[in-house]
Amino acid sequence: MQAEPATMFDKIWSAHAVETRPDGATLLHIDRHLVHDGSSNAFRMLKQRNLKVRRPDRTFATPDHYVSTLGRDLAAINEPSRRSMVEDLEAHTRASGVTLFGLQDRRQGIVHVVGPEQGLSQPGMIIVCGDSHTATHGAVGALAFGIGASEVAHVLATQALWQSKAKNMRVSVDGVLAPGVHAKDVILAIIANIGAGGGSGHVIEYAGSAIRSLSLEGRLTICNMSIEAGARAGMVAPDDTTYQYLQGRPYAPKGADWDKALAVWKTLPSQDGAEFDREAHLDAAQIAPMVTWGTSPAAAAPITDVVPDPAAASDANSRQAMQSALAYMGLTPGSPLSEISVNRVFIGSCTNSRIEDLRAAAKIADGRRAVVPSMVVPGSGLVKAQAEAEGLDLIFRRAGFEWREPGCSMCVGMNGDLVAPGDRCASTSNRNFVGRQGKGARTHLLSPPMAAAAAVTGKLTDVRQLMRP
Amino acid sequence: MEPFKPLAAVAAPLPIPNVDTDQIIPARFLWRKRPDGWGHLLFHDLRFDDKGAPKPQFVLNRPEYGAARILVAERNFGCGSSREHAVWALYDYGIRCVVAPSFGDIFFNNCMQNGLLPVQLPAQSAADLIGALQHAPGLNLGVDLEQQWVMGPDGVTHAFAIDPFRKECLLAGADEVAFTLGLAHKIESFEQSYERKLTWL
Repeated sequence: MQAEPATMFDKIWSAHAVETRPDGATLLHIDRHLVHDGSSNAFRMLKQRNLKVRRPDRTFATPDHYVSTLGRDLAAINEPSRRSMVEDLEAHTRASGVTLFGLQDRRQGIVHVVGPEQGLSQPGMIIVCGDSHTATHGAVGALAFGIGASEVAHVLATQALWQSKAKNMRVSVDGVLAPGVHAKDVILAIIANIGAGGGSGHVIEYAGSAIRSLSLEGRLTICNMSIEAGARAGMVAPDDTTYQYLQGRPYAPKGADWDKALAVWKTLPSQDGAEFDREAHLDAAQIAPMVTWGTSPAAAAPITDVVPDPAAASDANSRQAMQSALAYMGLTPGSPLSEISVNRVFIGSCTNSRIEDLRAAAKIADGRRAVVPSMVVPGSGLVKAQAEAEGLDLIFRRAGFEWREPGCSMCVGMNGDLVAPGDRCASTSNRNFVGRQGKGARTHLLSPPMAAAAAVTGKLTDVRQLMRP
Repeated sequence: MEPFKPLAAVAAPLPIPNVDTDQIIPARFLWRKRPDGWGHLLFHDLRFDDKGAPKPQFVLNRPEYGAARILVAERNFGCGSSREHAVWALYDYGIRCVVAPSFGDIFFNNCMQNGLLPVQLPAQSAADLIGALQHAPGLNLGVDLEQQWVMGPDGVTHAFAIDPFRKECLLAGADEVAFTLGLAHKIESFEQSYERKLTWL
């Protein structure tokens, strides 16, 4: 009897099953566990029970949420409660023998930038981290998902995790993306299409010619926001783009191991005829540069559009939610999105702080002048160094942007990089929730070039009008 | 973790879709430790104004819902970040069960780790319950995990599905880490054969 064609998710799942109970609950082996400075409660849970980290060799740490973007000294974190989070991570990793890319290490950065950059994230792996944007790592063909503090403690203690299998969903984007359309626009269009809960209970595999043609960094941006569509994990099948990206990275396999790994990785993609519980299709040619107008990432529309009217909502609760979102955002139905003025621009976060993001933003900023406070926060020390080697920092500085040290920064504001109440920020981050960037802050999500365009015009702007040949 | 016992308690309706974990517990509080207590911070910016005074219109500030231990919410409740603090805030406040048509996946799992029961009901059933609770504020709902039903104020029961393993853990108040450590020999032998195959790891 022939086995049913399997999806990539099915294959990775079954390859990691340590134990499957008759009721379906599965104990999964975890290949990589990434920890950050928000993980201290989990380390404390472990200590309380007198347990050790089972596999320090599989666990990697870097501080990102609480670090200052103004300097690399601990003293730059001027708030004691925040500083203690970074100190705790240093102490916990030292005591347990976990590798730490600390503040003084050029490899430090946002954990979801560091993992792929170091080659820690590899095809076929299961990767977890106490952060919902862990789905990012799925871009290399891994199953990667965020977990809470109790599950972090469980993985630290056992290198395994109990899970019930999610369903398979495939989102296909076919065709050619128009100039000025970035991976960020693709994922915002996907979320607007399937909804903020559209992927709940599913693992999304992103497929189709437009996804294939994206660079690995573009795929990281796509997978990063899977959770904004409700899916815990998103993934892209590994291909030559993936292998070229990984080869030669510090933790990638070398020599004979590389060939061996490659042979295994090539067996990962979903088989023809594999069944998906849900499918969605988008036409790449129809995707325009996107911005969000509301307080859910699904509240996204092409920049050429207008603020939608709650009267058109499908039900009373949705209408009410739209009305309060527009009240919070201070927007009027029917007004053009391209006429919305912003007070501030943030380029950074685990969604959009990689070198290609910075290059794309710098291209728009080059020779122009930011008219509102704007800052660029590279995703890691290595991204920062690369950008400086290419002179991108000079382009940004000359254009009046601040050039900061790596960290999560204004995406979530936990380090004190906050948007003031009532201020409106054009942001390359992933969440426009009420209060996300600071109490009363209004967030418009967009791509790095769109953010640079907003910085130099002071309003949400169709980047295609600023593109040069 | 406390075992989950049958519940009959005041339920508060929260008919807002996509309530994210930033609403349940804002990021600026997350540096605090688990034992510090989190109930007073639940829904902080929805519950309190800029001066820290309770907003009278927020459901949990209305006296009829003062004793609420159950929340009936809209779709995609607990979406967003993985912060378990969202569950700690609900739990420490006294909430033991959240009923909604759907949940954020990570939030859902975090509930299970803390003895808070997330009940997924069809959208219409959840909407009916919300309607009944709004119509006569302060009414009780019943929740029986063993039997897998929620009973509305009208006495009608709504059956729900739950993963049997999670049900068992919640009913027993089981310590999952201890349980898994009991399987250490299986983990070890898995790791050995796995690493023999994937030598580059």
